[in-house]
Amino acid sequence: MGNISLNKVSKTFGDVNVIPPLDLEIEDGEFVVFVGPSGCGKSTLLRLIAGLEDTTSGAIHIDGSDATSVPPAKRGLAMVFQSYALYPHMTVRKNIGFPLKMAGVDPAEANKKIENAASVLNLTDYMDRRPGQLSGGQRQRVAIGRAIVREPSAFLFDEPLSNLDAALRVNMRLEITELHQQLKTTMIYVTHDQVEAMTMADKIVVLHAGVIEQVGSPMELYQNPRNLFVAGFIGSPKMNFLTGKFAEPYKAKTIGIRPEHTDISTKSGDWKGTVGVAEHLGSDTFLYITIDGGDSFTVRADGELDINYGDTVYLTPRKDKVHRFDEDGLAL
Amino acid sequence: MARAVTTQRKSINTLVAWVIALLIFFPILWTILTSFKTEAQAINDPPLFLFFDWTLENYAVVQERSDYMKFLWNSVIIAGGSTILGTIIAIPAAWSMAFVPSKRTKDILLWMLSTKMLPAVGVLYPIYLLFIQLGLLDTRVGLVIVLMLINLPIIVWMLYTYFKEIPGEILEAARMDGASLRDEILYVLTPMAIPGIASTILLNLILAWNEAFWTLNLTAANAAPLTAFIASYSSPEGLFFAKLSAASTMAIAPILILGWFSQKQLVRGLTFGAVK
Repeated sequence: MGNISLNKVSKTFGDVNVIPPLDLEIEDGEFVVFVGPSGCGKSTLLRLIAGLEDTTSGAIHIDGSDATSVPPAKRGLAMVFQSYALYPHMTVRKNIGFPLKMAGVDPAEANKKIENAASVLNLTDYMDRRPGQLSGGQRQRVAIGRAIVREPSAFLFDEPLSNLDAALRVNMRLEITELHQQLKTTMIYVTHDQVEAMTMADKIVVLHAGVIEQVGSPMELYQNPRNLFVAGFIGSPKMNFLTGKFAEPYKAKTIGIRPEHTDISTKSGDWKGTVGVAEHLGSDTFLYITIDGGDSFTVRADGELDINYGDTVYLTPRKDKVHRFDEDGLAL
Repeated sequence: MARAVTTQRKSINTLVAWVIALLIFFPILWTILTSFKTEAQAINDPPLFLFFDWTLENYAVVQERSDYMKFLWNSVIIAGGSTILGTIIAIPAAWSMAFVPSKRTKDILLWMLSTKMLPAVGVLYPIYLLFIQLGLLDTRVGLVIVLMLINLPIIVWMLYTYFKEIPGEILEAARMDGASLRDEILYVLTPMAIPGIASTILLNLILAWNEAFWTLNLTAANAAPLTAFIASYSSPEGLFFAKLSAASTMAIAPILILGWFSQKQLVRGLTFGAVK
């Protein structure tokens, strides 16, 4: 089981109110991603769930029982840290086995679990090495192994892939997703990378300044962002926002159009602009365009498109994909 | 050209280092040399450096006159005991200051250090009276306690500095892994801080071994360590330089040997965290 429910949970550091009271329900077996810019309180929220920080007010229930003042060791959760936080003086085997040693598990049984975790994570050949002798990806696997052997009711990941290079990050992302499909255990994953959030999550929690802006599945957030913040945060490249004469025909204060929802032509269209930078990625072309009137606009177009710096282009948004926002930045 | 300058610079640096090291070491060397002279040679004018009749007579006399082993044993108990006790108290103290600091942690650390600014003689009278009351005068237990208290601020400070270098996330990981506070300190913090803890222990052993104010004032015969052994050979007439030197050499020999063997560890510990 791995139900976690937060009820009016808040956190204050000195005079700074990092997290105003918030409610959140996490269902058993869900992969939940907390996403937001740095300083939005997502890591603090995870640490509150872990028990590494005390809540200022409110209650945290894990599997139905009040865990608000239960120490981290007794919450039945496992955590993977950004810095891996491996024990440098222990071998891989001892690192993975440490939670079992703490739990007083019989050595023979512990060994079986350690071997099992190591084979799942391809660590069998490295069991007698120390963390210092491993690569970043291997260290991250050891950290995950240490979490797995505990058989926790939920896994907590605090930006686990931030220290890895881009290629490795994609691999580990897949491995963690596969792991979730195998184990079917609740996972809470903190990241500032919306791509990780979109690709991994069952449910995304978008945080901004300690406040939950929106909770939903990746596609819900992509298709129906509740406000300007979520609209701008989810999706890559970012959604384009236009105001004034561009928004008026849509009866909104601001309109938002995703780069992939804009048709581009060299002959005719709604808005005329000049190409600033053209990034040819092969599969796609990203065009950074200045529309007449000074607004900048990003378009994601076909990979083989032959448009370059200084070209004049015409843009036409797909009407059904235009997002409309009112004066307060809320979706209409 | 640049290379020539570097080599020249290096030679000068080496030379300067050797001169400074010799200056620091010279009194010890002179004491050791004097211990092998006769009393007359010891006060010869001009002083004799290496060319004199080497003799072991002083060592024989010193051995005959006093029970060196008893003093040595007292020194081992007092220096060792106070260091071990101090370390056991200081590890949790430094842990809390390094990893769960409060608003007043910095003040407490400074206040602890400030106790070292008071001349020891300023508290001699109250401590002496306390010792009489508690029956601790001339006991090894009493000296272990006093020397432990005297060196505790240094032990806490040193350990605090080493612990600060250890990432807090590793301790949090241990907590998540089910470790109790005791497990966290025993299985994670202490093994990681071993170089720092070892050099702290070494430095404090040396300080406690050489401590002469309290050991001389609070002991008479039973608990007297090697510092008292040396003091018993200093006479106002100054006629026993050679024997005093022999006694001093015997007193500093154990700690000198310990220091020699552990110098790598000491240097590593004292510069711990200086280069990341």
